[in-house]
Amino acid sequence: MDTTSTSRKAFLSSIITTGLALAGCAPKKDPFELAAGEHAKASGEKVKLLSVDGEVIEVDKAFLRPVPEMPAVSNSEERRGIPGKKFVMVIDLSRCKNLRFCEKACNHAHHLHTGLNWLKVYPMDEAEHTAPYWEPTMCMHCDEPPCVKVCPVDATFKRQDGLVLIDSDRCIGCRFCMAACPYSARVFNWEKPDTLTAEEVCQPYSCETSVPQKVGTVGKCDFCPDMARKGELPHCVSACPNGVYFFGDLNEDSVTNGAETFRFSELIRDKAGYRLMDDLGTKPSVYYLPPVARNFPFEKGLENDNEKS
Amino acid sequence: MKKTVLTDEQIISDLLPKKFGKWGMAWTGVLVVICLLGMFAYYRQLRYGLIVTSMRDYASWGIYISNFVFFVAISLVGSLITAVLRLTGVRWSTPLTRIAEIIAVSAITFGAIIIIVDMGRPERFYYLFLYGRLQSPIIWDVTVITTYFFISVLLLYIPLLPDMKILLAGKEKKGIYRFYSFLGSFWKGTHMQYRISKRAINILCITIVPVAFSIHTVTSWLFATTYRPGWDSSNFGAYFISGAFLVGAGAVSAAMYVFRRFYKLENYITPEHFDKMGKIVVMLGLLYLYFNVNEYLIPYFKMKKSEEAFLNGLFVGEFAPLFWSAIFGGMIIPMIILLFPRGRTPYPMFICGTMIVVGAWFKRYLIVTPTLLHPFLPMHNVPESYKHYFPSWEEWAIAFGSLAGALLVITIFVRIFPIIPIQETLTEHHQKEL
Repeated sequence: MDTTSTSRKAFLSSIITTGLALAGCAPKKDPFELAAGEHAKASGEKVKLLSVDGEVIEVDKAFLRPVPEMPAVSNSEERRGIPGKKFVMVIDLSRCKNLRFCEKACNHAHHLHTGLNWLKVYPMDEAEHTAPYWEPTMCMHCDEPPCVKVCPVDATFKRQDGLVLIDSDRCIGCRFCMAACPYSARVFNWEKPDTLTAEEVCQPYSCETSVPQKVGTVGKCDFCPDMARKGELPHCVSACPNGVYFFGDLNEDSVTNGAETFRFSELIRDKAGYRLMDDLGTKPSVYYLPPVARNFPFEKGLENDNEKS
Repeated sequence: MKKTVLTDEQIISDLLPKKFGKWGMAWTGVLVVICLLGMFAYYRQLRYGLIVTSMRDYASWGIYISNFVFFVAISLVGSLITAVLRLTGVRWSTPLTRIAEIIAVSAITFGAIIIIVDMGRPERFYYLFLYGRLQSPIIWDVTVITTYFFISVLLLYIPLLPDMKILLAGKEKKGIYRFYSFLGSFWKGTHMQYRISKRAINILCITIVPVAFSIHTVTSWLFATTYRPGWDSSNFGAYFISGAFLVGAGAVSAAMYVFRRFYKLENYITPEHFDKMGKIVVMLGLLYLYFNVNEYLIPYFKMKKSEEAFLNGLFVGEFAPLFWSAIFGGMIIPMIILLFPRGRTPYPMFICGTMIVVGAWFKRYLIVTPTLLHPFLPMHNVPESYKHYFPSWEEWAIAFGSLAGALLVITIFVRIFPIIPIQETLTEHHQKEL
């Protein structure tokens, strides 16, 4: 009983969303009419569904088509942000061994073109006689974002919850933001993303999921606000088995990696947290804990590194 | 030097536009072919995306952007020759004004085109007007470049009106004459019209100076508003403008030689013009050298960590051959040649002008790309192609296509309009006789 009610709900909402999707997409892709009438053959297996006017109808299973995913909120809401939040990330460098699960999870979740990474792990070494360490970087979601300053068309914008996001339907592909970002956080879709299915290409773009990526526009880490709306952690945070990433809300003063939760202010105070290139005045939202009392030796990470430096 | 006495009829027949000869046809044909090749390359870029270029995430701007900077730079000469020299009461430059102004108009047009070519989403170009945000230097650039374009076109058009009357004199309104008539049949040459046109030109000459400074300063800010080593410089605006005046003056020197030679204008573009232009080029070269010293040697003195790899790349590394060729070939050697009176004669001036223009084109490339290849964080875990930049054939074809296009516009202009202002030459001739 429980399962049928959820599937009914899903079906009803899918009808609504299909209608919305049709407005922004090529009309040929109607998952019901055309596909059912012309391309699908009846399998004989019937499924009971509730129609829009409240009647129970029987539909052949072969006529059912997945419906494109719709953004949960409107574009203007996506541009405003989640009220009352101020998202922060803390990255504990003493725990990172360049496993790069974060990178894979991120690439998978955002359907990035093969070879593009929004999340990058660098082998860093400050000077000749200092110890090397692994440093994951992503978009720093700066409070003084140099990229937003230079964007001529408001395609990249700062939200009240601190996030810097991209509207790929607005981006003109001038790449000024890439030149402006000192963290090399932005990547460009030089060609059509090869990871997208036909349905995903057609799906309306959401600034919060950053899917689907579009050729000729800029992409970057979005701090997964769609996950935050669901009360879940960003993909990189939950993918990391070593608990390197802590995500949270500055207003609540708490950050978590899923297993452990800390008061943000205490964590930063006790472990001497800092921000990357803070001297530039960009005011990043990503904080780093220095690589002291490490869990792994630096060399451990070399086996996952594609590039011998 | 002996000067032949010229009659009005002689001057007019000397200066009227002439049909293309054998060389003219060949030259135009070559330009058209290069343009078509560029258009084909751009068709491929539209079809497959910017992947057909060699630009990648680090070198995210390449020769399109440096070509754009080059075009903006060279277009500044319009304001120098027409406005600055006119306002300071220099008279000898009259025969050169139209050459300078058509270079300005065609360069700024192709600068605007090449910036659209660089866009990942050219079909969204109108978003700049629909959603434009004032804090972006790109919007400032769009504004001042559009303004500069219109002022330059007016500065080309208004002094052309008296000549249009000469072109139309006693001709049937057919073919090209219909076009002349459309552009300038209202010009009767009355005292009132001369007064209005003189006033208009004066106003335009005064307004174009700050606008010209703005176009290139704002273009330099596209770089200087970022944090990157090599761009993060308060010297950039002045550095760009001094370089722009140098390349523009170089281009005019080279163009003077070509027009003089192929249009038999020895009586109008005289050795005196070459001598004076040569002196101007030397002065501008010294100015540019001064800003280069500030731009490169002062950071070199400090050698900040973030700038170390970048500066070494220019001075002794990957970009050193190009860098020193541009510095010596495009600035120092032409300057030394032009110090000698014999260097300021037509043919050496042509060689020096060409060297300056070619050097300037590569210098713009060296301003744009090496910086991008030296980011703050290391280039890591990216394909090898991301770490270097050498333009693809499509990029070369498009860049050369745009350069050929600019030359084609100038060539066609010269075919239909007199490149030396006829009426002004006549007036000055009469004043000299009196």
